[in-house]
Amino acid sequence: MSDITSLTLTDLVKSIKDKKISSEETTKAFIDRGEKSRDLNSYITEDFSNAIDKAKAFDQKPNFDLKLSGIPMAVKDLFCTNGVKTTAGSKILNNFIPPYESTVTQNIWNEGAILLGKLNCDEFAMGSSNETSFFGNVQSPIDKGLVPGGSSGGSASALAANLTPITIGTDTGGSIRQPASFTGTVGLKPTYGSCSRYGIVAFASSLDQAGPMSKNVKDCALLQEIISTYDEKDSTSINFKRNAYSKELTNNIKGKKIGIPKEYTVDGMPKEIEDLWTKGIEYAKDCGAEIVEISLPHTNYALPAYYIVAPAEASSNLARYDGVKYGFRSKGENLIDMYEKTRSEGFGEEVQRRIMIGTYVLSSGYYDAYYIKAQKVRKLIKNDFDEAYKKVDAILTPSTPSAAFKIGEKTNDPVSMYLNDIFTVPVNLAGLPAISIPAGVDAKGYPLGLQIIGKAFDEQGILNIAYAMEEKIEFKNKITDWWIK
Amino acid sequence: MTINLKTIKHISKLSRISVNDEKAKKLAGDMNSIFDFIEKLKELDTDNVEPLTSVAETTLKLRVDEVKSGNIREQVLKNSPDENEDFFVVPRVVE
Repeated sequence: MSDITSLTLTDLVKSIKDKKISSEETTKAFIDRGEKSRDLNSYITEDFSNAIDKAKAFDQKPNFDLKLSGIPMAVKDLFCTNGVKTTAGSKILNNFIPPYESTVTQNIWNEGAILLGKLNCDEFAMGSSNETSFFGNVQSPIDKGLVPGGSSGGSASALAANLTPITIGTDTGGSIRQPASFTGTVGLKPTYGSCSRYGIVAFASSLDQAGPMSKNVKDCALLQEIISTYDEKDSTSINFKRNAYSKELTNNIKGKKIGIPKEYTVDGMPKEIEDLWTKGIEYAKDCGAEIVEISLPHTNYALPAYYIVAPAEASSNLARYDGVKYGFRSKGENLIDMYEKTRSEGFGEEVQRRIMIGTYVLSSGYYDAYYIKAQKVRKLIKNDFDEAYKKVDAILTPSTPSAAFKIGEKTNDPVSMYLNDIFTVPVNLAGLPAISIPAGVDAKGYPLGLQIIGKAFDEQGILNIAYAMEEKIEFKNKITDWWIK
Repeated sequence: MTINLKTIKHISKLSRISVNDEKAKKLAGDMNSIFDFIEKLKELDTDNVEPLTSVAETTLKLRVDEVKSGNIREQVLKNSPDENEDFFVVPRVVE
């Protein structure tokens, strides 16, 4: 058998069910590789010894009727895990042990999976390169000194480096799709209301969604099937008929209409991205899809609207971190002084910047000019998609305007960092599902992704298109293990 | 539009984040470049557009206000930053 850690989730599930390998062997293989890969800084918290105990317990009394029988996996440190430290990449939560479990992770454990540990991310998921984490940069396994993307950077790095067979991230403006694109992996942002937000550290509540990150589309469909459930504990969870995504997965997309929005281009976008997009269109045609030119005229306004809506919601959500009930506390002369010092010392620079932007746009005199204005623009962006979906079944775009960049390259220029999310943000504003699949490499050999955007609740439709295109693209990630001594 | 130091100090009060002069200067620079970028929205006429507050077209449900995860008081208090047995402790508020 080939190396356990390089297997896809689907193959690993089958190998365990066929009793070719035990859960303990599998878990140990991922732990061994994790221990050799600490230079990547993918983990914030390793839960390895508990994982081995759970794997042994599974092997003693195995249940092979589950979808993830005995499968070890690591998750983004934004999901609350009962009894296991959950930091959201922040100093202000660096000692927080949740007394409850997020619904999404609970769904995963209910199917027999085992927690390996908690993966690094940008602080409160605010970042596009994993450089805002209190626990340090994450290295991309693709090349030394390269960012894995963000905010689910630890998740992308661990997955591409074979430290976990599959993982979950969260996506508020591109935080699953952009790191997937940067690391040659698959990432799905589901429809808003598909996966429960209960127990996920909140960033911007009207945009946040959890979703799977995987080595291929089939694995992605399997995990989506598990994590997408209606949940009373999330007031915006939506009760719709969910497909059996992995069972219903098909590469037959003949006659599907795929829209190409001419606005998805930016000044100075590398020709490689343009070429990748053209190639993607050819692949879609080869699969029998029909290509339709469409227009999403307000695309250029999505990012500025996002940088009002997301910080506004963040400033409100992060008001809870006051040093009183949990987390880091600084000494103060009085209560107010304690609050101000706690938040000043506990939050990093990017988080403080966003809280300040959010507070400003919500403050008296600016609320209408900024916040209400942004919500109106959000409506226009959603209308653009509604119009387009009268003519097409899905939309194909590049995932990002460039390949991964070097650590430190964009840290001093917030706006250039924000521009990374220009193709992913409109999807969150409109609440739609979208998947990024690896589709090629740039001149340096760094992976590039294509994004397929679907109608609301049509995860199955975009998974099928991704599945069909994946077969044509035949992408192979080149990981050299450069970090292992 | 420019955000000056006085505005930064005001926002810092509102957001309960203490800011010294050096940090305020850096923040003002960053926020001005971010707001220059945001100003693009002013090009759009949105007079007759309804603001979109949520894409989830559901009405929020009412539920009974009841405790469902009881008896975890100890676990909850264990996370509090100051040593105590029964309460959350804060600096003295009443002299």
